[in-house]
Amino acid sequence: MALLKSNKVISSLGSISPALGVLSTRYSSWWTGVQMGPPDPILGVTEAFKRDTNPKKMNLGVGAYRDDQGKPFVLSCVRKAEALIASKQLDKEYLPIGGLGDFNKSCAQLALGADSEVVKSGRSITVQTISGTGSLRIGANYLARFHTGPHEVYLPKPSWGNHTPIFRDAGMQLKAYRYYDPSTCGFDFKGALEDISKIPEKSVILLHACAHNPTGVDPRPEQWKEIADIVKKRNLLVFFDMAYQGFASGDIDRDAWAVRHFIENGHNILLSQSFAKNMGLYGERVGGFTVVCSDAEEAKRVESQLKILIRPIYSNPPMNGARIASTILSTPDLRALWLEEVHGMANRIIKMREQLVAGLKSQGSSHNWQHVIDQIGMFCFTGLKPEQVERLTKEFSVYMTKDGRISMAGVTSGNVGYLAEAIHAVTK
Amino acid sequence: MSIFSEVPQAQPVAVFKLTADFREDTHPQKVNLGVGAYRTDDCQPWVLPVVKKVERLIVEDQSLNHEYLPILGLPEFRSAASKVALGDDSAAIKENRVGGVQALGGTGALRIGAEFLRRWYNGLNNTATPVFVSAPTWENHNGVFNDAGFKDIRPYHYWDAAKRGLDITGLLDDLEKAPEHSIFVLHACAHNPTGTDPTQEEWKSIADIMKRRKLFPFFDSAYQGFASGNLDKDAWAIRFFVSEGFELFIAQSFSKNFGLYNERVGNLTVIAKDNENLTRTMSQMEKIVRTTWSNPPSQGARIVSKTLNCPELFAEWKGNVKTMADRVLLMRDQLKAKLLALGTPGTWEHITQQIGMFSFTGLNPKQVEYLIKEKHVYLMASGRINMCGLTTKNIDYVVQSIHEAVIKVQ
Repeated sequence: MALLKSNKVISSLGSISPALGVLSTRYSSWWTGVQMGPPDPILGVTEAFKRDTNPKKMNLGVGAYRDDQGKPFVLSCVRKAEALIASKQLDKEYLPIGGLGDFNKSCAQLALGADSEVVKSGRSITVQTISGTGSLRIGANYLARFHTGPHEVYLPKPSWGNHTPIFRDAGMQLKAYRYYDPSTCGFDFKGALEDISKIPEKSVILLHACAHNPTGVDPRPEQWKEIADIVKKRNLLVFFDMAYQGFASGDIDRDAWAVRHFIENGHNILLSQSFAKNMGLYGERVGGFTVVCSDAEEAKRVESQLKILIRPIYSNPPMNGARIASTILSTPDLRALWLEEVHGMANRIIKMREQLVAGLKSQGSSHNWQHVIDQIGMFCFTGLKPEQVERLTKEFSVYMTKDGRISMAGVTSGNVGYLAEAIHAVTK
Repeated sequence: MSIFSEVPQAQPVAVFKLTADFREDTHPQKVNLGVGAYRTDDCQPWVLPVVKKVERLIVEDQSLNHEYLPILGLPEFRSAASKVALGDDSAAIKENRVGGVQALGGTGALRIGAEFLRRWYNGLNNTATPVFVSAPTWENHNGVFNDAGFKDIRPYHYWDAAKRGLDITGLLDDLEKAPEHSIFVLHACAHNPTGTDPTQEEWKSIADIMKRRKLFPFFDSAYQGFASGNLDKDAWAIRFFVSEGFELFIAQSFSKNFGLYNERVGNLTVIAKDNENLTRTMSQMEKIVRTTWSNPPSQGARIVSKTLNCPELFAEWKGNVKTMADRVLLMRDQLKAKLLALGTPGTWEHITQQIGMFSFTGLNPKQVEYLIKEKHVYLMASGRINMCGLTTKNIDYVVQSIHEAVIKVQ
């Protein structure tokens, strides 16, 4: 039966590519029917960048922070924490399924505030996850299994590209609400409220807590308040994705304001946190998934089910990054150093935004580039069209994603002038 | 009224509950023969000396950073890991038809492999393909394949309780009767939980039928080196299947043989007929990884990669692995000898015939309960003990306790 199937596949492959059609069945494989997967759009940008030999090339694709020399930045608080940990000579025994307890506690407190009633009452559960992606996936799997409302997740338009496949692979349906207004390169507040007010009750709504990816456009506090109200009216389940706490404004409490407001407003939220960017722990995969429940008893039930979900994926999470993060958060002088360094990273980004706009003005650009300064976080939705992006890449070796998104982290005082030149050239 | 009011309390995972209960127990002579982690003769966790050395090198290397790994993981790790399984002279590697997906432990490797098979094997998104796991098997195998979407998970005969050995007749019969294209999860060596492996002749018979009936071999290799103390010997079955021309998966774990339990170091080795099929397969693996964890953790892979790719460190590692394997073999010898000396009823040959970390003692659930409640000796309800939990200091107490349990409880 499989042989018949594979013959069909071979002949249909043959119509796509004659060379494949002459595959001998002597070499038939189980995987003849496996299609070539499309390259990841974001990581594909870096691949192309690497191949380019232009000395002026700029990689404004993937969102990893770079210092003003364009180099990866290992935070001092991280190095110090690593040295501390090394001196403790710890063993390598399995963590619990839910991860490092100290980390989970610190993680929740960081997001919700140490004086949070939720934290004090124990009515939330936080599990350590494989960074933000792992956290979202656990959340998605949890919803697919236990959510009693419609299995529909509403994403802002646009959202991080990986949100859709994560929820889809977990078995949820995806819908959208208006978010980005291309005519202003800002927030479509009216459109968002209109769309949200029509979302069927008990659906899931995903909100970016701060530093929206890919647009960099965040609601203002008054706008968040209205969103919270209408979300409550519609009785929606809120899922916050917070990948940039501290990284957006430079202030961790300010960046967590929306999350905390919703909780105070009575929303029992789901929350994904990542420490990839704000601690520079990208490859160590440090994250948390939190469920705010009605009470401690419910939190225990939810925790037990999260463990049942996690065990058949990876059994228990990796220690190294969580141990570093936990050490930083719970050691006063390391925590203080971390806050300084996060502030420093956010400030450099803000400065680059200002310098880019100044550069465009001095190039003589007649366009309004205010949005570059108004947007926040690592990314900037320039408003550039695909043809302009293509020219930027082909003529100037400036690499970015087709939607016009640039990672400000890739901009330095050394290359911001060249970038302004290039953008002006394709938009004048 | 909460959205979660109907969420039921789930049963705790047995093996972790056992350890939790053990921790709370205050009895001075308590012994933990439950979870599968190596212990020294002082009953302490053991960070391998080579691991300590390599970790120091990593911490001191200021040129290293914490940037994202590629989706499929650290390239030097993946190739070295696959090489350790397949051998330095592997034809399949030379023919460029071997790929590796760095994963979160053996569990992660199994899950990525299972997700791939559900999407792309035996038709598209075919959740009805039967998946066969040994009776008994590591209990998480069921969970992994179930959550990956497979609807038909079945046992194949494996442990013969009466003869306390492999039910090879039953196993071969199940292979003959299995629907074509069924997936079989095979333990590469040191079967968990029974410690009972097929002989080379038995593996040949298994491979024979699998080839004829077009069954898919999915190897779980969590103990390479740990079983016999010899990496090549422990990989014999895998290498035999590869030499027979099978396309297969190997879920490798470096938790035990590197003692890197909590760093989650694993690798899914993929063997395809040729490079072209491999390439498409790996591109789809990337898509699965991207929505599961995006890219894997860096620390553990760096440690293993540095060790495997440096001749001196590799030799040192092999020595460390042999140390662990030898201690387990010593405990097996002593356990059997002491039970025989006491005249404990029953046969105890299986203790030294079995291999690896675990032994299926043959104790029944009532006897197990007695051991836990009355003697504070903790083991799984299946009668599985972790040999690493035995030490020269506690073995007499354990032997005495088993003796009592067997005599008092039927």
